[in-house]
Formats: sequence, structure tokens, C-alpha cells
Amino acid sequence: MIEELLHRPWPWYVTGPLVGLVAVGLLVIGNKPFGVSSSLRHLCAAFAPGDVAYFRYDWRGVGLWNLAFIVGVVVGGFVGGVLLANLHPIAITPAAQASLTTLGIHDFAGLVPRELFSWRVLSTLKGFVMIVGGGFLIGFGTAYAGGCTSGHGITGLADLQLPSLITVLSFFAAGAAASFLLLPFLVPR
Amino acid sequence: MRVAPAAPAAPAATSPPRLLGAYFVTGVLFGIVLTKGELVSWFRIEEALRFKGPYLYLVFASALAVAAPGFALLDRRRARAFTGEAISLPPKVLGRGVRYIAGGAIFGVGWGILGVCPGPLFALVGAGVGGGVMVVACLAAVAGTWTYGYLRPRLPH
Repeated sequence: MIEELLHRPWPWYVTGPLVGLVAVGLLVIGNKPFGVSSSLRHLCAAFAPGDVAYFRYDWRGVGLWNLAFIVGVVVGGFVGGVLLANLHPIAITPAAQASLTTLGIHDFAGLVPRELFSWRVLSTLKGFVMIVGGGFLIGFGTAYAGGCTSGHGITGLADLQLPSLITVLSFFAAGAAASFLLLPFLVPR
Repeated sequence: MRVAPAAPAAPAATSPPRLLGAYFVTGVLFGIVLTKGELVSWFRIEEALRFKGPYLYLVFASALAVAAPGFALLDRRRARAFTGEAISLPPKVLGRGVRYIAGGAIFGVGWGILGVCPGPLFALVGAGVGGGVMVVACLAAVAGTWTYGYLRPRLPH
């Protein structure tokens, strides 16, 4: 009973407000703007600054809090994704299920499709483009735009910043286009 | 109703980082919210990007419904953080806006084909999906950010 309850996924009206509270909480703790992608910059500054001015700053003073935060996110991912994992296939809408089935996805268990995320798929050209190419574009684009779904999508929008609105519209439009136009070529058949 | 000023604000970047444990714990909570709320789910992201379900949009709307009034309240009360700093979000400079359109679009393409954004990327490393293959995507993201830093002087902003 309790076991079943702990493993059940949370509805949007629990998830969304908690995300908002995390953003408010970071400000209250130490005036930190909620955002994840800046941690990628701090990782570069800490481990491989090279001769690049963009990575030459006091990453401990500016970014150590952010690195502590994302180490927490990794741990939270283990707690939520392994210890409290949803035991059933995800309940996306029938329309979404049909659309993804047309793409070539048949296994709806887990957090990501087994058919797409494995070392074997990574060793194929399609898998390499999807996993390494996708990851690279995420890192490049978020640094260029100065934020991602959290920094612009939550913090910036909640602070009514026009640059964040522009970024959010841009990444949603590009995300939809990529899902419709590029993803069909990357799913292994 | 102004909150009485506490200790004088510490210089932001030069003081030794404090309350690291609090940021870590907040990160753990966020990681749990991301996974239990299925925001790390490739299926949920592609459902939203293909306009086949409202889940992600409802999460965003309800997150903003909490964060926006929360920020406004902290701002109006000129609240101070536990560290004593005055709470304020630095405004983002619009400039010509190229970086927001181009950077957003590049990120969006990566988001669309990988079905994962940066927060979930880290959470999925913790969840160990695909036998740990997300670590590769994470390293690729770091490489992408590094490449941006390297090319930055030559890119339009």
C-alpha cells in the first residue's frame, strides 16, 4: 500500500509548484538564481579553463553552490529514478503513444526508451548523433543563450524578463521542429 | 512591510561559499521532483514537443504560478537571504537579442533530438538509465559549453 504510493508518479499540480518552490528557495537561502546550465560553465572553468576568457573567473566563489546543487540533482535522480521508480509504463496520452509508436518506439517502460538509450545504440551513427550531438547542442545552445528550461524557462519568466521569453519561444519552436523533422531519422529501425 | 536589514551584504563572489549543504539538499529535492514528476522522462518531453498532451505545459504554468508571485513578494519586501545578502535577480541584457534566438534554437534542436534538458540530464545520470550512457551525453554537453566559450568572441550576441 505505502510501497505502491511511494512508487506512483506525481501529478503536474504537485510537480510544478515544487519546481517553483525550488526557485524561490534558492533565492531565500543565498540569493542564488535557479538554473542548471550554468553548472556546465563552472565545470569547464574548474577542470579545463584553457586559455579561454569565458572560463577565467573565480568559479569557486561564483559557482560552487551551483555544483553542490547539481551533485544533489544526481543523487535525487537516483532516489526518484531508482529507489522510488515508477513500476509501470508511463501514462502519456494515447495520441502521444500513437505518435511515438509511428516513430518506431514500442517499449514505454522506464524514464527513457530502452530502444534509444544504450551503449549499443551509441555505437551506431544514428545513436551517436542523437546522444553526443544532442548533448553537445544542449551545452552549446544553453551557454549561448545564457540559460535553459530552468534559468530562462522558470527563473527568467517568473521575473518577467523579455530575453527569457524570447529564448523560451525559440527553444520550444526548435524543439518541436527537431522532434518532428529530425527525430524520425535518428530512431533505429 | 520591510524586513529589517540584517548583517551587511557580503561581497558576492569573493566570500567563501556558505551553506553548500543547503544547496546540495535543495538539489536532491529538485532531482526527486524531476524524476517523480516525470520531467526527466523522454516520453513526457516528446509528448509535449509533438503537441500530443498538456502535461509539461501544466507543470511550467503551475511552477510559474508559484515562482512569479514568490519572486515579486521577495522583491517588494526587499527580503534578505539567510546569508544576509539582499535578494535581487540580475536583469538579463537584451542587446540585439541574437544570443537568445540563436542560442535558444540550438539548445532546442538538442532538446528535441535527445528529449532531455540540462536538469534531467544530471538526474538521469543518477538514475543510471541505459546502463549509464547518459554520462556520455552529459560530457558532450560540457564539451558544447566549452566550444561556445572558445568561439564566443567570434559569435554575434
